[in-house]
Amino acid sequence: MKKTIRRGYLVNTAVLVAVYILCVVLANVFSEVSNFKLILTPSIWQCCYLIILAASLNLVLGFMGQLSLGHCGFMAIGAYTAALISLAFQRAGVYDEKSGIVFVLILFLCVICAGVLAAMFGVLVGIPALRLKGDYLAIITLGFGLIIVNVINNLPFAGQNGLAEGVASSSLYQNGLGFGTTAKVTYLWVALAVTIICVALMFMFIRSKYGRAVRAIRDDEIAASAAGINTGYYKVLTFAFSAFFAGIAGALYACSNSTLSTASFSFTNGSILNSTFVVVMVVLGGMGSLTGSIVSAVIMFVLNYQIANGSWVSSLPGFIQGVFTYPMLVYAIVLVIIIMFRPKGIFGTYEFSLLRTPGEFVRWIKGLGGKKKAKPEGKEAAAQ
Amino acid sequence: MGEFLQTLFVGLRLGSVYALIALGYTMVYGIIRLINFAHGDFIMVGGYTLIFTVPLMTAAGMPAWMAVIIAILVCALVGVGVELIAYRPVRKKGTNMTALITAIAMSLFLENLAQAIPAIGPNPMVAGTFFESGGFRVAGVTLDYTTIYTIAVSAVVMLLLYVFTQKTKMGRAMRCVSEDKSAAILMGISVNKTVLTTFAIGSGLAAVAALMYIAQYPSVYTTIGSLLGLKAFVAAVVGGIGIVPGAMLGGLVIGLVESFSTAYISSSLTDTFVFLILIIVLLIKPAGILGKNVGEKV
Repeated sequence: MKKTIRRGYLVNTAVLVAVYILCVVLANVFSEVSNFKLILTPSIWQCCYLIILAASLNLVLGFMGQLSLGHCGFMAIGAYTAALISLAFQRAGVYDEKSGIVFVLILFLCVICAGVLAAMFGVLVGIPALRLKGDYLAIITLGFGLIIVNVINNLPFAGQNGLAEGVASSSLYQNGLGFGTTAKVTYLWVALAVTIICVALMFMFIRSKYGRAVRAIRDDEIAASAAGINTGYYKVLTFAFSAFFAGIAGALYACSNSTLSTASFSFTNGSILNSTFVVVMVVLGGMGSLTGSIVSAVIMFVLNYQIANGSWVSSLPGFIQGVFTYPMLVYAIVLVIIIMFRPKGIFGTYEFSLLRTPGEFVRWIKGLGGKKKAKPEGKEAAAQ
Repeated sequence: MGEFLQTLFVGLRLGSVYALIALGYTMVYGIIRLINFAHGDFIMVGGYTLIFTVPLMTAAGMPAWMAVIIAILVCALVGVGVELIAYRPVRKKGTNMTALITAIAMSLFLENLAQAIPAIGPNPMVAGTFFESGGFRVAGVTLDYTTIYTIAVSAVVMLLLYVFTQKTKMGRAMRCVSEDKSAAILMGISVNKTVLTTFAIGSGLAAVAALMYIAQYPSVYTTIGSLLGLKAFVAAVVGGIGIVPGAMLGGLVIGLVESFSTAYISSSLTDTFVFLILIIVLLIKPAGILGKNVGEKV
């Protein structure tokens, strides 16, 4: 058994590093192509923070079974922390241009600080909120999310020019990180690395002893506490852990935008970044499947992007084009249909695994030929 | 003193609107344990219906506020439609969580559908006046007619609703279903019919609330219901969700908190105070002010 685990770690690490290096090399090769620079790179940045955001909410919603409707509040904390810290360094003259080893260090410092501060707020919110369950928890987290956004809106140093004591306003301009197109290409490796590390950490969390305890709480809280699991502790821990990654997603968000506005982190709004929509992503992907969250974050982003910018949209009949002007309408219908016909989401609780999935895929292909034979094979695989 | 009284009346007026909306949330929650996130958007439906029917009413020689009757009918239809199309099929096989997510999806759907309709569009529309302007002065405070009508109408509506739930057969059926669904079925109560009636009444109340709200703030936009609905929902939870008098009390509490924090502390932090009240109440009495704590069965 131990041998398999070690092999799993080795294979996964090797493949992740290989994928990462491949991405970075590709990025360097194509860095001068204008489509790559103007379209693909910003898209990858957006995908990165959406993936982290959806996966982190899945820890709470899918694995712990508690609905949190204020997840973007933590993202807002992360975004503003990262932006203000980097702005402080810039004003202090530590870095001038967005290059050099000092800036990279500051960048990582900002990302980590964003996560840590969001996690601290996660603990603060989690201790009172997680005493409640179900619908009440949903409401109280919604309340906390709105309070966070409202308070940030009123912080004098988070307004207009940042750090300058002045009028609080809804937008923070010229935030220190705020990458332009060239910087986004240069620091694409940061976004990729941060995303890979975060997702790997979350995978490790849910497969650890903590993850098992958290899933036990989801399945039956009373039985879990009877089996000696400190449910309160594990709930707050998971909540804070999830907030940590939401904060990191916020830091990446701050990097890819030159202005920050609290309107982007509200409960609902027209764009695909809000607390409701993160819930939609997690539900679509499958509650309890990190693979599902990652896939659905990417699908949602591509769909959103294509509906808004795709050239094929103009060849559709006028009625459908009219509907596509309001993408949220499409998502709402898709969401209701998926909930009706596949209540567990697209992936259910399935997880992709480098060791298992290729074998399963081969069996599935074989199974297509003779369906009856596929079943005992599946059982054998489970027994092994 | 004058400012205090003025703030008090503003709070009461806001509170009665919140209470009317909160009643819709609380009745639906009481009967099927679902936070009906789409309820806020029923206000939007009511608001637009009012805007489109007021010219018809005035052309027919009737007072403008009579349009609310059509608005109530339209809202009730929309409410019943949402229940039939989305909530009932999901409730049959899904869990609480899937039902809640369906409610969120319906809210998104209604908001964006309204924007996609050409006659409405994304820009705010201005409503006409519903009640005669002016008012009278009491103890140095000007009370305009809108405020008086709002408070009076919502008081009457709530009283009627209370009598309805306590005295009529349908009202009794509602209370039965919310107490014990399977026992209610055994007693020969049609649960589906009761749930539909609840949706119709709750949505109709949203139309009345829409009239009261846009009589004061004459502008209707597609997201009018989202923050209004959230605050009314907070009111329902504060009072004790599922309990009709709780919604009224909660509405008044939230309205007063909002008006007093705007007048005396800070107008931009109002939302924070409203949600802070929610958190404090939930932490001290998780079932709301009037709610009873029910022990969990193992």
